[in-house]
Formats: sequence, structure tokens, C-alpha cells
Amino acid sequence: MSETNSGGREFADRTVPVILQINGIKHELQLEPRVSLLDALREYVGLTGTKKGCNQGACGACTVLVDNERINSCFALAVQYQDREITTIEGVAHSDQLHALQAAFIECDGFQCGYCTPGQICSAIAMFEEFKQGAPSAVTEHLAETEIEFSEAEIKERMSGNLCRCGAYVGIVEAIREAFDKEAAR
Amino acid sequence: MKNFAYARAQDADTAVQLITQNQNAKFLSGGTNLVDLMRENIEQPDHLIDVTGLPLAQVEELPGGGVSIGALVRNSHLAANQIIRERYPVLSQAILMGASAQIRNMATTGGNLMQRTRCYYFYDTDARCNKREPGTGCDALEGFNRIHAILGASDDCIATHPSDMCVALAALDATVHVTGTGVERTIPIVEFHRLPEDTPQIDTNLQPDELITSVELPALPFARNSMYRKVRDRASYAFALVSVAAALEVEDGTIKNVRLALGGVAHKPWRATEAEKVLTGAKADEEIFKRAAAEELKAARGYKHNSFKIELAERTIVSVLKTLASEGGAR
Amino acid sequence: MSARIVKPGAIGQPFSRVDGRLKVTGKATFAAEYKVENVAHGALVFSQIARGKIKNIETSAARNAPGVILVLTHENAPEMKKTPVFGSDSEEMGAASSSILYLNTDEVYFNGQPVAVVVAETLEQAEHAATLVAVEYEEKQAKLILQAEKPDAVLPEHIPGEPSDLKQGDAEGALAEALYKVDNIYTTPPFNHNAIELHATLAEWSEDEKSLTVYDSTQYVIGVQEMLAKKFSLRKENVRVIGSFVGGGFGGKGNAWAHVSLTVAAAKVVKRPVKLVLSREGVHLSVGGRTPTEQRVALAANDVGKLTALIHTGFTQTTEHNNFAEQFTFPARHLYKSENIWLRQEMVHLDIVPNTFMRAPGESPGTFALESAIDELAHEMGIDPIELRARNEPDRDPVKDLPFSMRNIKEAYRVGAEMFGWSKRHAAPRTMRDGRFLIGCGVATAFYPAYQFPAAARVEIHADGTAIAQSAMHEMGMGSATAQAQNLADELGLSFEQVRFEYGDSNFPYAPVAGGSNSTISVGAAVKAACDDAKKKIHGLVGEDDASPLKGTRFDEVEFREGGIYRRDDATKGETFHAILRRFEEDKIEGEGEAAPGAESEKYSMGSYGALFCEVRVDEETGEVRVSRFLGVYDCGKIINPKTASSQWRGGITMGIGMALTEEALFDVRKGRIVNPSLAEYHLPVNLDVPNIEIHFLDIPDPLTPMGAHGVGEIGITGVAAAVANAVFNATGKRIRDLPITLDKLL
Ligand SMILES: Cc1cc2nc3c(=O)[nH]c(=O)nc-3n(C[C@H](O)[C@H](O)[C@H](O)COP(=O)(O)OP(=O)(O)OC[C@H]3O[C@@H](n4cnc5c(N)ncnc54)[C@H](O)[C@@H]3O)c2cc1C
Ligand code: FES
Ligand code: FES
Repeated sequence: MSETNSGGREFADRTVPVILQINGIKHELQLEPRVSLLDALREYVGLTGTKKGCNQGACGACTVLVDNERINSCFALAVQYQDREITTIEGVAHSDQLHALQAAFIECDGFQCGYCTPGQICSAIAMFEEFKQGAPSAVTEHLAETEIEFSEAEIKERMSGNLCRCGAYVGIVEAIREAFDKEAAR
Repeated sequence: MKNFAYARAQDADTAVQLITQNQNAKFLSGGTNLVDLMRENIEQPDHLIDVTGLPLAQVEELPGGGVSIGALVRNSHLAANQIIRERYPVLSQAILMGASAQIRNMATTGGNLMQRTRCYYFYDTDARCNKREPGTGCDALEGFNRIHAILGASDDCIATHPSDMCVALAALDATVHVTGTGVERTIPIVEFHRLPEDTPQIDTNLQPDELITSVELPALPFARNSMYRKVRDRASYAFALVSVAAALEVEDGTIKNVRLALGGVAHKPWRATEAEKVLTGAKADEEIFKRAAAEELKAARGYKHNSFKIELAERTIVSVLKTLASEGGAR
Repeated sequence: MSARIVKPGAIGQPFSRVDGRLKVTGKATFAAEYKVENVAHGALVFSQIARGKIKNIETSAARNAPGVILVLTHENAPEMKKTPVFGSDSEEMGAASSSILYLNTDEVYFNGQPVAVVVAETLEQAEHAATLVAVEYEEKQAKLILQAEKPDAVLPEHIPGEPSDLKQGDAEGALAEALYKVDNIYTTPPFNHNAIELHATLAEWSEDEKSLTVYDSTQYVIGVQEMLAKKFSLRKENVRVIGSFVGGGFGGKGNAWAHVSLTVAAAKVVKRPVKLVLSREGVHLSVGGRTPTEQRVALAANDVGKLTALIHTGFTQTTEHNNFAEQFTFPARHLYKSENIWLRQEMVHLDIVPNTFMRAPGESPGTFALESAIDELAHEMGIDPIELRARNEPDRDPVKDLPFSMRNIKEAYRVGAEMFGWSKRHAAPRTMRDGRFLIGCGVATAFYPAYQFPAAARVEIHADGTAIAQSAMHEMGMGSATAQAQNLADELGLSFEQVRFEYGDSNFPYAPVAGGSNSTISVGAAVKAACDDAKKKIHGLVGEDDASPLKGTRFDEVEFREGGIYRRDDATKGETFHAILRRFEEDKIEGEGEAAPGAESEKYSMGSYGALFCEVRVDEETGEVRVSRFLGVYDCGKIINPKTASSQWRGGITMGIGMALTEEALFDVRKGRIVNPSLAEYHLPVNLDVPNIEIHFLDIPDPLTPMGAHGVGEIGITGVAAAVANAVFNATGKRIRDLPITLDKLL
């Protein structure tokens, strides 16, 4: 294979410098454009908290936050996410103090094997934000209204992008409810 | 995944320029379909032109009451947009019933229009597939075809278009604005996607060097009474077996206006014009809904595992129209 | 006089998981995540045909691709010796999933068989180069259809420990003459475990190639160790297999699939550590799942609803290379009393990826058929299905003719019926609705045998009053580490916080495969034995020591509590471990122990039971089924940890809901290929599919088992599909005997 398959100056070729801002720390990497954000985290930066469950966008184990929104990092090319603020499970706690959701997951047994857990927690953090901003979901009854009840169905639908084969859904919903109520009480 | 060269375009002209100047190049938006297909070796571009930086991420009201949706508006933002929620609820619902929150945060309007089929044999590079490799045959015809098309299919391909958003767009008479080398044009949504015929490798009427810039929704006041119903194998995060997008206006018991489209049944979002003909001007009752549904599905043809879709589509149409007819006054 | 406060033990308390903090912070290290210097990445190439020979394998494009270090094929792979297959009766049987000599043969035995490994500097390079390997085959006729091969079906010698054909009386005769009967065929599709963690192996050889360290996502570290030692002619103690955190297994990681030894072989050739993570497609192609089943259940009853015949027969599929029978007739051996019984299981041999055990192998599809049939009979007779079960409740095990060590099914149903509001359900189908939704309720019995296997453990009591125990046990989310810590704390009289349990390392004392829900009691008994050993050693020190207030006591006159050893008859006389160890200038006391099921267990029928209640809502227009309520009431002995045990049951029920409604691996018989090898198309239940599952447990100890406990891992999935199907019948009047119950079957 030729070393130069470039179609002009505009194109990055083979490996390219990629600067990622992860959990507040700048990482300067040299990556092929085909490297996914997920693999960049796991294989190149060494942050293995974010998990690979399918590499097909179909399980949510790879969920990370980009500018506070949740995405599946397995479908994100790392080069596409420069200059964005990336938060992984490793950046969720404040030093030694667990995030309220992390604590609630432990308390409510919101996991078993723990493999889907980082994705679940990142996903739930972003879900709070979406909810607070009045974003609707597929089960929202009155679409035009921005005051949406934080019902069990709402939580379940909004968390349905995160599969858990261990079947910890009941604990997950309970943990989210507990952390959400705590936050609402503050 | 094959390696490729990557460039990020800052404006539409550059994007179009890059795609015309480079062989085997493709636009990249959210990547939720393209990266998947590249990983499966189904798409093997040499150049990717990242268009996510283009200034096309706005939802804007148009004079006259329509709405323009930028090609890079992400699906989640579009669904949550207050104007869309109020005036075109069918579109919000359709998007929200697709994929997952994470994917909708990545997926864009343009990418969603261009997503490719989920046919098992299209995905399995060891199988025969005329869409993936023209001339090899179609393993779905005699294989697992429970998720396949019942309308407008050909002997070369019975794949369906998987998008939910596009079904709502079809019902809403949207138009797709595209720009190519020097020319801009507008394609009505029903002409955007195509039927497979004997060239199923071509999904749409968009030219390879054309960029989608926006989608326009015409003013459609009665679309406030619209909805999307998706029938699927699990409660969430599954593609449609059958879906129905509809908007209905009933006045004094008579159907004044109706828009109806089906998803999961064809190679393209299926605008149900036959049914609309039956409905328009008729008395809004269950009987006419049934007749209209039957009329639309007259042309349907089932295969080994998917014949159920014919009845399912009919029932879902009736159910949605019933709901809209009963809620119409209330809204 | 000091009041003696008896603190409740750790067993029975709902402690949060000991590894919870690691898991929620992303710091739990799974197999693919060990940081090993200079690691190269592997990717597999899978066969495209089901049966034949490799005529030619073209690797030059792959070898010349950037970053590629090695393309390993049958032409250049090192010898990997044949080892016993898991489940065979041989000594140190190991974990091999089949007898196929991957990459030491040019034969292809199934579509998806790994035929090459590509090793490259980066993951991306390896995965891409794998697509460049081109294989030419000489195809042979493949056997791919269960129905077609039925005439050649074989009767296995036994299905784990029990006869594969069992007749008591004349069941067919009784059936023919019966007043009431049902006689139907039930089918279940192939399922895949689909643990969310992809199978991963990371192998590192020592420089002299005499020893090997492997990080593997396995439910059986000792089995992998045994297998690799034999395959690569190494001393067993020179092979170390580590699998501390495993991201779900459910049986899918109980055997070592092809990639395990192939990764080790590749690492040997490239003389570098190699890491190989299967793709999701690779999991579907090269890791076996649960066989489809075709089962006949026929029941006959007299006028008062007593069974006069129980027939449960049928077919499963397997391969020549593994011969694993899914023991679906097990529930019928233990659940009902019947004058005449006939049970028979046959297997057909196909050219497919070897099937394997998946959560409650046998019991899971078996209870679907049997518990549906009971419901059908109840409907036929107009008897409440709980009542019909009660009328046929045996007082001794029907086929073993042994007493039950513990059995409280009737009580479970009584409690469950009350909690669920069973009396409010309408027995007649299609009589409950809410708008366009038909509502239905169903019940079914859950059943799983209680197994104990030999296991070993060691324990250390430290001078600071803490203790650790070790065993090569596994923790894939079952809560075993937490439960064993509770056990350890109580055995030594320490608090839960003072103890730690270490596992998942073949350097630790022997533990069996994490299967058959055996871990809790197998390892629990070994921990107890190790603790007894340590306790005796401590007592041995103080019992003869002038400086000790315990001098002259016999072992049965002392007890261990609050971090020390005390006289039973005088609670003030005693001393702490800390004091003892300091005086003897020791920093720790060690104990070792082994345990195996006692002779008593041969004299009893030992099982766990549950009463399941399900409510479904069926969209009358579209046929979509959603489970709206589910209650499981379990009779699984003493519950060590209510919190983690409840999660196990809920997890099993969730998987059962998937089995009932959404899951199916689509096997295309034309090529022998699974065509939905993706989590987008193989539908695991998502959060919204699963209701707020309620759990209740009776907590009645089994007098015969360690701690009075039974395992709880597998029973959760049993009976669920039947409870759902029975509820669907109640809602719609349609009896679905072919899983999954997708909407097209209800239109
Ligand atoms: C597990 C899973 C489940 C899903 N479920 C659903 C579902 O239920 N319903 C549903 O509707 N969808 C579903 N999707 C599909 C998803 O909606 C699409 O992948 C997404 O909309 C594609 O948008 P994108 O921006 O990521 O496109 P990309 O992947 O970036 O691009 C897709 C195609 O569009 C082209 N393209 C992108 N932008 C433009 C442009 N501006 N002009 C011209 N061409 C362009 C690209 O070249 C490419 O060929 C699912 C996807 C996954 C992975
Ligand atoms: S690994 Fe990204 S969704 Fe599964
Ligand atoms: S905890 Fe195991 S997959 Fe969710």
C-alpha cells in the first residue's frame, strides 16, 4: 500500500496529530483517521473505563460525554472530536468524592458484572441535563410541553440506549431516581 | 476498516469541491451509519470529508410559516425543537422513536436521509447482495426476510429504508435542498429515495457530488394534529417492522386534509397516496380508514416471513387515523 | 457481669458489592485492559463455508499490509495438542469447547470457524489485514438442518449424570386412555449469551517459553490453565490464568473458545504479548450458544386433576466435536408426581459452531415446554393452574425416589398469589383489557437443581485482625466475592469490613467452573474448611500456652467472634487474634481447606424452586407484547445477601423475558451462517422492555448445604418464558408454543 494516498493538502494522511481534551487533560496523540474515539481512549490513551460491547452502536457501553452530551464513542472518529470537551467515567467523580449517581448505583445495586456500568452512568448524567432542558422522549405524552414528569417510563425509555445483559435495569432505574431526587432536593 | 484520508470542510463549497476532486470520496456527518458500514467493509471510501463543521446546524422559521432544517442539525436537537414539537409533532415523534439518545445526538438530518438498509445480507459481506455488489443476487429473497419490503420491491432487491425521520418527512411533503458543482436544486422528499428496480445499489437520486444543505417543511397548519406510530420487536431501540406517519384534518365529520406515509415496508419511505385519495373528502370513520388502508396495500406482496406486514400495516394505519380523528378536535 | 451482645452475622445482610466502587469508577480491570508492555493486536479470520477443506489460503496481501507482524494459519501454526473436551469425564478435563484442532487442521467444520489469526502493531491494522486474507475451499455437503437429520439422531449415553431415556410405567398407554390430555410440540430458537464484554484473551510468554501468563475473560480459570498446559506441553504450575473481572458470562465464557489458544499460539510465534478481542460478529460466529430445541410434552390427568401420564421428549442439536445435550427433561424429573412417566432426549449432529451451556441449560427451555403444558392442561380442565400444580406436588422425588432436602413450592405460590393479587385475574382468556391493550396474567414454576462441586480455598488471618481468603473462583456479577466475604467474616467472627476475598486467578486453590450455580456452596464449603484449619491452628497455639486464658480448653469449648477466640462458657475469657499473633511473633496464621459434596447429598433430591407471576399487555391492533408486571417468589435456601441475590433473580428474569419475546439467533440453513450477529438485530431486552420486577424469597435454609444456601444464578431464567406465554394466552386466547412470541404470531 502506498504511503501517500492523499488527495491534496486538505487531506490528513496515514497518521495525523490528534489533540483530545479528556477529563480536563489535553492528550496529544498521533493517530490514523480511522481510529475511533473509543479505541483512542482504550488503546492509545489508556483510559479503559469506557467499554466496548459491540462496536456497532447498539449497546451503549462506549457512552462518553462530549460537551456534556452523550454519544456512542465507537462510532465517533477521534479526529472528529478535537477541540471538544470529552468526559469519561474516569472524569465523573470529584477527586475522591463519588458522583451522586455512582454512589446510588452502588447502593441500589445498579449493576452486576459492571461492564455496562460506565456507559450507564455517563448516559444517565447526560439524561439529567436533557431532562432539565425539557427535551422530550418517545414516551412523552404532551410533546409540546417542556415540563415533563420524571416518570419510570421516561427514565426507562431514555436509558434504553444502554443495554445491560446482566439485567440490572431495576437497580439502574432506582439509582437514577434516587440521585435525581437528591439533586432536585438541593 | 480500511484506512482513508480525512479532511474537514468549513463551508459547503469547499465540501463539494473536495468531493468532486477526489476519487472515491464520501461526506461524513455523525458517522453512525457510515462508520458502521466502513467497519463492516461495505463502504470503503479513500477520502472522508467531514462536514460537521459546516454552518448548517440551524432550524429556521421561513416566511409563510414553513421551516428550514439545516443538514447538520442533529436528530436530538431537531426532535426537541419547540417549533417542530408544536407544529410538526409527527416529526419529533418519528425521530425520538429511532435509535437511542446517544445516536440521535450524533446523527444529522443529512446523514439520516442517506442511511442505508439494515438487510442482514447487505451487512454480511459473504452473502449475495445486489445492493452491495451489483449482479451477485439477493440472498434475502429466499432467506430471512421478515424485516423486508412488501411494497415496490423488485426481484433484485427487497430491502427497506430504515429511517423513521424520513417517513415523517414524506408525510409532511418536505423538500430536500442540495448543492452540487455550481448548481443548487430542490428534490421533493418522495423523489429523493428511489425504488430498487434493477439498480438497487443506488439508494437515492442524490448525485455522488451533491451535498444536502437543508430540508424544508412547508407550512402545514393541520400537521399540528399529526403523529407517528412505530411497531417493532422491542419497546425501544429497534428498527420499525411497520410505521405510520400521519396528519389529519377533520371538519364536521369530513376529512378535509390527510397526509399518510409508511415506514418499514419499502425501499423508500412510502407515501400512501392511494389511501389519501380514498380518504380525502370522505366521512371520517373506521370503515373508510379500513378501506383506505386496504386500497394502499392492494399492491403489496409478501415473502416467506414478512406477509404479516401487510395486515400489520393496514391495522396500524387504521389505528393511527382513529387516534388522530378522535384527538383532532381536542388539539 | 458483662452482658453478652450477640451481633447478627454478616450472612443474610444486604451488603453492597465489595467491588462496587471499582466498577462505578471505571477502575475494574477486565481481561483486555491489563497494561502489558509491547503488546501486539490480533484479529481472527472466519471460514465462509460450513464444511469442507481449505484448498488454498492467500495471506500475502495481509502479510504486506502496514503493521502486520504475522498471519497465522494451519500452514504455519505451532502444534496445539488435542485435549479433553469440557464435560468429558477425564482427569483435569480443562475448558476446551470442542475437539477441533483449530489451525492444526485444514478441515472446516462450521461456518465461522477461525481459519487464521492476523497479528499487527495496532488494532486497526490487525482488523483490516484480517479482511485481506482470501481462502479457497473444497466444499463438502454440510448437515445444517435439525429436522432433516432427525432420522440419524442419537441417544446420548447420559445427560449430565442422568439417563437420557427414562420410563416409569406406560405413559403412552395412559395418555391414550386419559380423560383429560394435552399433547403438543414446543420449539425454542438458538440463543446467544451475548455478555456485553466481548471475549478477550491477552497472552504473554516468558522469554524462555517455559511459562505463560494469560488474562482471559473466563468463567473457569483452572480449566483454561489445564487446557493451555496440555496444548502447549507446559507444566501446569507454569501457566497462570487471570480473570478477575469478567463482564458477564452466562455460560458463554465457561469453555475456552478457539481464540484462546490461538492467541497464545500467536504470542508464542511473534515472541510478544498478543491481545485478541472478538468482534460482536466473532462472538456469534465462533462462540457457541444455546441449541434450539424441539420438545414434545404430553400430559394426561384423571377427573380430579392428578397426572396419569407425563411425557417429555425431544431433540436438540450439537456437533461431533463436543456432544453437549441440553438437558431439557430435567424439570420433568422433579416437579410433578405422575403414575406414568416417559422422558427421552435425542441429539442430532450438525456442522455448526459447538453449542454450549447457557444460563440454566436444559431447565430454561425445558420449563418453557413443561410449564406451558401444565397451563394448557389447567385451562382444558378448568382448574386454576396453581391448584393443578398443588394437586400434583410430589412428596418424594418422582424419578429418584428420594426425599427432598428442602421444598416449599406451595408456600412460594401462596405468598406470591397474595402479593400479586392472583385471585383478581380472570381465568377466561380475553376478558381483561385497558383500551386497546389486552391484559393477561400467567404463572409458572421455576426450578434448578442444587449442585455442589469439589473446591478448595486458603485463608490468612493477619496480626491486625483482618483476614483474606483466596480461591480460583469467579465473579462475573453474581455477587460471589461479596457473598464469600460474608461467609468468611462469619466463619472467623470478624466484621465484614475486616475481610477480603480474592478470586479469578489460577494461582489460587482450585475452584470449579462458574456454572450450575454451584459457586456459593462449593467455594463456601471450602472457605469454611480453610477457616476451620486456621482456627484449629490458633487454638493449637493458645490451648497449650501458659500466658493464655484459654489454656487447657478443648476446641469445642471455644468460639471465634469479634476478632478473637473466647471460651463459650465464660465470655470474658479469651483474647484477640492481634494479641495472640503478637505474643507468638507471627504476622499471620494460614489455613487451607477442601470440600466436596457429602454422602448425604446422594440420599436426597436437592433443588431450588420458585413461583413466577407475570402480567402482560398486548396491543390488540399490532400484537406487540410488553411485560407490565413480574413477581418471582423463590425458595433457594438461606439467602447470603438479599441485595445481590435479588439482582441475580432479576437478571435471570430479564433474560427470560428476552427469551420469551425478543431473542433469536437467525441461522440461515443455506450456508450455516448466523445472519444477525449484531446487538442491533439480536434483540436483548432494553430497559423499557423490563418492568419493575418484584422479588420475594422464603429464606428457608436447606439443612444439607453449607450455610443452608443454594446458588441463585440460574434459577432466575427458568419458568419465565412459560409465565409470559401463559399470560399471553390469558390475554389473547392464543397459545404460542414457538419462541420468541413476536407480534406476527399474534396477529
Ligand atoms: C444501533 C442503531 C440503531 C438505529 N436505529 C434507528 C432507528 O430506529 N430509526 C432510524 O431512523 N435510524 C436508526 N439508526 C440509524 C441512524 O438514524 C442513522 O445512522 C443516522 O441517522 C445517520 O446519520 P449520520 O449523521 O450519523 O450519518 P453518517 O453516518 O455520517 O452518514 C451517512 C451517509 O450520509 C451521507 N451524508 C451525510 N451527511 C450528508 C450530507 N449533508 N449530504 C450528503 N450526504 C451526506 C454520508 O456520506 C453517508 O453516506 C440506527 C443506527 C444504529 C447504529
Ligand atoms: S460499543 Fe459502542 S454502542 Fe456498543
Ligand atoms: S452489569 Fe453486566 S452488563 Fe450490565
